[in-house]
Amino acid sequence: METEDDLCHNNWGSSSSKSREPGSSDGGNQTFAGFTSQQKWEDASILDYEMGVEPTLQVFDEMKASGQANVDFLQGVRAQAWDPRTMLSNLSFMEQKIHQLQDLVHLLVGRGGQVQGRQDELAAQQQQLITTDLTSIIIQLISTAGSLLPSVKHNMSTAPGPYTGQPGSALFPYAREANNVASQSQNNNNCGGQEFDLPKPVVVDERESHVVEEHEMKDEDDAEEGENLPPGSYEILQLEKEEILAPHTHFCTICGKGFKRDANLRMHMRGHGDEYKTAAALAKPNKESVPGSEPMLIKRYSCPFLGCKRNKEHKKFQPLKTILCVKNHYKRTHCDKSFTCSRCHTKKFSVIADLKTHEKHCGKNKWLCSCGTTFSRKDKLFGHIALFQGHTPAIPLEETKTSASTSAQRGSSEGGNNNQGMVGFNLGSASNANQETAQPGMTDGKISFEEPFSPMNFDTCNFGGFHEFPRLMFDDSESSFQMLIANACGFSPRNVGESVSDTSL
Amino acid sequence: MKKVKQIRVSKPFDLLSEELVFIILDLISPNSSDLKSFSLTCKWFYQLESKHRRSLKPLRSDYLPRILTRYRNTTDLDLTFCPRVTDYALSVVGCLCGPTLHSLDLSRSGSFSAAGLLRLAVKCVNLVEIDLSNATEMRDADAAVVAEARSLERLKLGRCKMLTDMGIGCIAVGCKKLNMVSLKWCVGVGDLGVGLLAVKCKDIRTLDLSYLPITGKCLHDILKLQHLEELLLEGCFGVDDDSLKSLRHDCKSLKKLDASSCQNLTHKGLTSLLSGAACLQRLDLAHCSSVISLDFASSLKKVSALQSIGLDGCSVTPDGLKAIGTLCNSLKEVSLSKCVSVTDEGLSSLVMKLKDLRKLDITCCRKLSGVSITQIANSCPLLVSLKMESCSLVSREAFWLIGQKCRLLEELDLTDNEIDDEGLKSISSCLSLSSLKLGICLNITDKGLSYIGMGCSNLRELDLYRSVGITDVGISTIAQGCIHLETINISYCQDITDKSLVSLSKCSLLQTFESRGCPNITSQGLAAIAVRCKRLAKVDLKKCPSINDSGLLALAHFSQNLKQINVSDTAVTEVGLLSLANIGCLQNIAVVISSGLSPSGVAAALLGCGGLRKAKLHASLRSLLPLSLIHHLEARGCAFLWKDNTLQVLFKW
Repeated sequence: METEDDLCHNNWGSSSSKSREPGSSDGGNQTFAGFTSQQKWEDASILDYEMGVEPTLQVFDEMKASGQANVDFLQGVRAQAWDPRTMLSNLSFMEQKIHQLQDLVHLLVGRGGQVQGRQDELAAQQQQLITTDLTSIIIQLISTAGSLLPSVKHNMSTAPGPYTGQPGSALFPYAREANNVASQSQNNNNCGGQEFDLPKPVVVDERESHVVEEHEMKDEDDAEEGENLPPGSYEILQLEKEEILAPHTHFCTICGKGFKRDANLRMHMRGHGDEYKTAAALAKPNKESVPGSEPMLIKRYSCPFLGCKRNKEHKKFQPLKTILCVKNHYKRTHCDKSFTCSRCHTKKFSVIADLKTHEKHCGKNKWLCSCGTTFSRKDKLFGHIALFQGHTPAIPLEETKTSASTSAQRGSSEGGNNNQGMVGFNLGSASNANQETAQPGMTDGKISFEEPFSPMNFDTCNFGGFHEFPRLMFDDSESSFQMLIANACGFSPRNVGESVSDTSL
Repeated sequence: MKKVKQIRVSKPFDLLSEELVFIILDLISPNSSDLKSFSLTCKWFYQLESKHRRSLKPLRSDYLPRILTRYRNTTDLDLTFCPRVTDYALSVVGCLCGPTLHSLDLSRSGSFSAAGLLRLAVKCVNLVEIDLSNATEMRDADAAVVAEARSLERLKLGRCKMLTDMGIGCIAVGCKKLNMVSLKWCVGVGDLGVGLLAVKCKDIRTLDLSYLPITGKCLHDILKLQHLEELLLEGCFGVDDDSLKSLRHDCKSLKKLDASSCQNLTHKGLTSLLSGAACLQRLDLAHCSSVISLDFASSLKKVSALQSIGLDGCSVTPDGLKAIGTLCNSLKEVSLSKCVSVTDEGLSSLVMKLKDLRKLDITCCRKLSGVSITQIANSCPLLVSLKMESCSLVSREAFWLIGQKCRLLEELDLTDNEIDDEGLKSISSCLSLSSLKLGICLNITDKGLSYIGMGCSNLRELDLYRSVGITDVGISTIAQGCIHLETINISYCQDITDKSLVSLSKCSLLQTFESRGCPNITSQGLAAIAVRCKRLAKVDLKKCPSINDSGLLALAHFSQNLKQINVSDTAVTEVGLLSLANIGCLQNIAVVISSGLSPSGVAAALLGCGGLRKAKLHASLRSLLPLSLIHHLEARGCAFLWKDNTLQVLFKW
């Protein structure tokens, strides 16, 4: 172990000292790409502080992007099997990446003190971010090492699945195993020794990777995937396009009327004579075949669309189970989506049942809690809020008039954090205060007269042709104006006051 | 005079400690003009007065920066006079008052938004009370901002119609210390929001849920509140017997329950509602849909300590009233106004049991005769308030007994009754009488009124609306004897002239003066009142054709507290109107004059009255005034009412 460790060290040192031409190779460019995405990622995490839950998705997107870049980078590594320059740039890229991660962790440690009362899930999120990043670094390390050591290289080449096929998906399923490794190899110096255990989780057999792929594609079809019938054990039927799209599939042989269901046709047939009313005629036609002891060949269906995975010509053919599956599959995948939701006018469907299912939920208020949980029913939300301390109903964003006010509100509810929204408000007030101090006679209205209908002090703005109207008239009774007028009119308010007090005594 | 004092003795107040001055200020603070002259005495007094004052009620929000800089210790800020309070004004309040502010009233103000409220909530951390009633534009997002005021204890949100459960939920979670919440007319709030409020704010004492679309469901949670004292459920149609069926509670703290106008609540629901409220003192069942019968009264078994019951507008049976009298014999207040089915028998059997009765309201119980009044006078010697408007069957003799037996009467409403001078003579022995209403009492004359003037020196309110037998003589005896008079109504007393007004000007505390339809009153009389009655706040001079601009000029100069004036159908022109702009706190103005007013003069007057909230004008002016002016005034918070009297005139002719 130790010797290998040393070897690794040496490699590291020598390769980095050998040549320092930045960005000379393909790997250099990759480095740059990875770096920028990393930068973005950091920004996103800062944003996350202010906006709460919303940008997490974005963060994950960024992460995926960086993962993608890593994989591209790995591909680059494998393509040019052993090139010291590439190796060097790879290593320097990794070094850079580790430094960034270190900075991020530093940042989080620094913030941890300030945001003691932070919600747990946010912390978990951060941890997750760090671990995924670590994971990607480790995988890079492995591959770099793989290009060095012949045994590992061999391993890698025999298992191309996760790297070539679905990079994004392949990285994540093993995050947990990688996490363990990551926690063991926190200081990057001794990473070399442990790397040799790693390829085990990375090696995946074809079937598993296939399943992952299926999940990734989120196939909408009803048919179960786990069936895995051996080819040839079932009979493959393929309906024609016209047949699939026909409104009716069961036709009356006598009058030609069409039906969607066989049962309906059988019910219809009763009207054509007594012979159709017998129990045998009314029974489900293929029912007797099921209890039959002889193994009946199972029917499976193929999609008539060439190139579709549900088409029997496809090399990874996945049969469809029933005719209904065929119809739904064909309409969903190969037909125009002609049914538009009448509520949101954006969602389109080709199967009318899908539209109906969507319309049931479309436009319905999503009742949202501050913890991010949504409820389809208001009373459920209120039950949830009544149960948990500190959870509040979250007002949907479109209802809030200004996004600034909400962000500020959230910020203040989280406490302590001097976030952007709050700063904005403080600035606003400061400028107001400045204005106030700069114009001590603000209330005398002269200033605002010059800018009519300013939203701030609408009250004092002047109107049309009443410039000559004396402003003094509006003044409050505190001013000496009252006395002035009274004197001018020949009344002496002081005398009046005295006389009043005389009478009241 | 005061200036002289300041010059002569250089430091005369060195011996006077701040505490002493504060005590003096406490004593003179009820009168704002005294405070004003006090603070003008010298700089030190000025500073002390600024330090002493705790509550402010500014006339314009523009002045906020100035007055809040002067009065640094303001804890209560009442902005009801400021129709337009912008976010800027609120941020000024937040910055200048900061943590000292405890209470803020924005119930009559508009044009602020969530941003301003947020400033306030963040800066004024000790804000305990806020009144946001009538903020009809307020939405849940704004309510969420209010929830940032964590120390809030009293919150009024009347008529915030856009609020929903979500906003109330935010407030419930944010403001844990709430003990008084009014959600009257918040028609968007239902069971869930109210229920959450009850779950989260355990300290609630007073809860007003009037006219909310709630059912009995949320009452299960509400009645679990340990400290609940007042629960108002007026007009909650959703509260019905079904939803209250399973209600079992033990709310010992409940003191007051208002279930008036709950149309779907019968005695079954009421029984379960009252089942645990053993200490209930006040119950209001006005406009209840069911008949107050023996059955109904049985639901009151659990609340025998009841002190006040309101049955206004209910149909009652004699049996029911009798049962109430036996079950709750400690009742002190009974209100039966507009219960047309009340008979002598029923009322007599009720009041017979209630020796402690203090207040009785039998307004418009037209079936009652002198028998009931005799019974009331004989069995309720402690009666303080008796309202018996339009009990026209009551004979003159019955009133003699009231004066003899109920000497503690303070409030007596005899509008539209058969009382005569002898009755007044008897009533004049109620020495503590402070409010007397004698509207449409056609049998009374100056002689009767002079007894009142001589006897009831504490009279504050006198109503002589259409009591046409009254002349100047009667009024002058009142003015001489009742110097504390604050409100007088002499409308349609045709014989009254300026002499009455001159004599009334001795009542320096006069605040409300109504003399509608007195053709002999002129500007001279009005000037006399304006000069001497400094507190005059409300003046009605409609249909006094001899009132002209000179009267208004006098009002404008001297009555700086005038809030409301009606000069419709007088000889006033735009000159008089323009002079009214001098009155800072003028809020309501009614000038329905069809001719003689130039649009520009009216426009100038309207612009001049900066605090105007309501203007009632002749419909012909609507097209003559520039539309932009009307918009401007409306934006400033003034509502317009356009009146066209020609139709009515046609009918009269």
